Amino acid sequence: MTAVTASSAPTWTSMTRSRLVVELKEFLRSREQMVFIFFFPMMLLVLFGSVFGGQEIAPGVTFAAYFLPGMVASGILNTGFQSLAMSIAIDRDEDVLKRVHGTPLPPTAFFAAKVAQVLIVSVVQVAALVAIGVVMYDATLPSGSGWWTFTWVFLLGTAASTTLGIAMSSLLRNAKAGSAIITPIVLFLQFTSGVFLVYTQIPTFLQHVAAIFPLKWLAQGMRSVFLPESFESAEVNGSWQHPATAIVLTIWVIVGLVLAVRTFRWTRHDDN
Amino acid sequence: MTEPAISIAGLHKHYGDLHAVDGIDLEIPTGEVFALLGPNGAGKSTTVEILEGFRKRTAGDVTVLGADPQHAPRHWRTRVGVMLQGTSEHGALTAAESLRYAASLYPDPRDVDETLDAVGLTEKAGAKPATLSGGQRRRLDVALAVIGRPELVFLDEPTTGFDPEARRQFWTLIDGLRGDGTTILLTTHYLDEADHLADRIGIIAAGRMVALDTPAGLRSRASAARVTWTEGGTRRVEETATPTALLRDLLARHDGEIAGLEVVHPSLEDVYLQLIDDAASAARETEEAQA
Repeated sequence: MTAVTASSAPTWTSMTRSRLVVELKEFLRSREQMVFIFFFPMMLLVLFGSVFGGQEIAPGVTFAAYFLPGMVASGILNTGFQSLAMSIAIDRDEDVLKRVHGTPLPPTAFFAAKVAQVLIVSVVQVAALVAIGVVMYDATLPSGSGWWTFTWVFLLGTAASTTLGIAMSSLLRNAKAGSAIITPIVLFLQFTSGVFLVYTQIPTFLQHVAAIFPLKWLAQGMRSVFLPESFESAEVNGSWQHPATAIVLTIWVIVGLVLAVRTFRWTRHDDN
Repeated sequence: MTEPAISIAGLHKHYGDLHAVDGIDLEIPTGEVFALLGPNGAGKSTTVEILEGFRKRTAGDVTVLGADPQHAPRHWRTRVGVMLQGTSEHGALTAAESLRYAASLYPDPRDVDETLDAVGLTEKAGAKPATLSGGQRRRLDVALAVIGRPELVFLDEPTTGFDPEARRQFWTLIDGLRGDGTTILLTTHYLDEADHLADRIGIIAAGRMVALDTPAGLRSRASAARVTWTEGGTRRVEETATPTALLRDLLARHDGEIAGLEVVHPSLEDVYLQLIDDAASAARETEEAQA
């Protein structure tokens, strides 16, 4: 290719777009990311759905139906929190971030590309999970106002999980040990937040612990979208708790954002 | 008079009691190829990373292309190319993809294919870092540092781990950049590299600049020659600034052949080692005086 086109200064948008392409390629070409982040919730949905799926946990609601919104919530946690925390920690360790910071790419464009990558992957992942639910477990798609609920829960959940993932990456001083820290956190939340187990069936004190963190609210919000209205009475307090969900998730978005901005470093902790 | 590309005055970088950079002054004019030479831990990389804007300094004034690197605007990055000391096997992009992405960030980038060719990676355009050899990854790093057509390039130990042929190729690449008027600051522990590439060499030891000169100037510091010969069965050695006078004297005293006569001028390497050695013992003395 010869330089026929007149060169023009890159804009914020053009640089964000180029960076997004890089982020997507890095994700799609990484076996770890594709297996443990992208396909894992689908594999669990198929596995748990097949084994326990038929059991009714409430009139007209099978465990598979209960499990679908839980896996949608988990997928959002995986792709935002777990994936970003690990990949940014590794990129910091390997001086990839330092290199990025040595180029004219504005930091805001870098983060915008990360967020866009998480959104794109999450949308595809959630769509695939819902498709599996519809085809294999007779899940029903939300109607009218259900889509609106889905949208705000999805966006707040993704935002909380993305900002917390970026913040968490700064705590993982040794990226190689990262999964030893992140995996237990994610598993603990999944067991206590109404993903693997029915939330109202776990001990009350564990419910209270889980209610501090975003996954419980994200899962409950998704249940309000995918489960029949009749199930609302089986929730804690007999309510979907939408206002509380919006408040708790928003608080976590703000906490995550503040922590991410305050702790983010382009260089390793020992590199100053 | 144009502004120098880099000017440093009274630069200090302390880590607790360790003075990694202990008072450096330096001006590098635009278009110069400057080599910072010194042993490991001398403060070369610390200095360069301060100039690149990655590290904060403890004290001193630093101006790089008219800006303080610590507070330089993003636009400043379009004029500066950086090759870090370490390289990474990590990354899912091919060599060509990495360069194409990097090129998209600069207003007037070099051509991707030509740059790949210049670093000898045309054949490896479709290879990912994990399948490149260490030397090939370093060459990709050089390509990434120059793709944006920077006015100033930092190369931190660019040829460590190269085989001799790859180093020669790299030198040719740098000669090409010099031809474009690019200012280059490189660090190295290879004396021949600094000698071959640099307009000026700064020798740095224990955080201080112990010599700052052209390669020829450094060589001429070694004015003293060592004259060795055998007289009356014993080996005689004399260090002298006037070897010719000494020889005339010897010739006058001897009729025939002078046994074992040698006149040796120290190499650049001898000068370098002497400077590093002096700096090390000076540092030791200061420490003992403080203790």
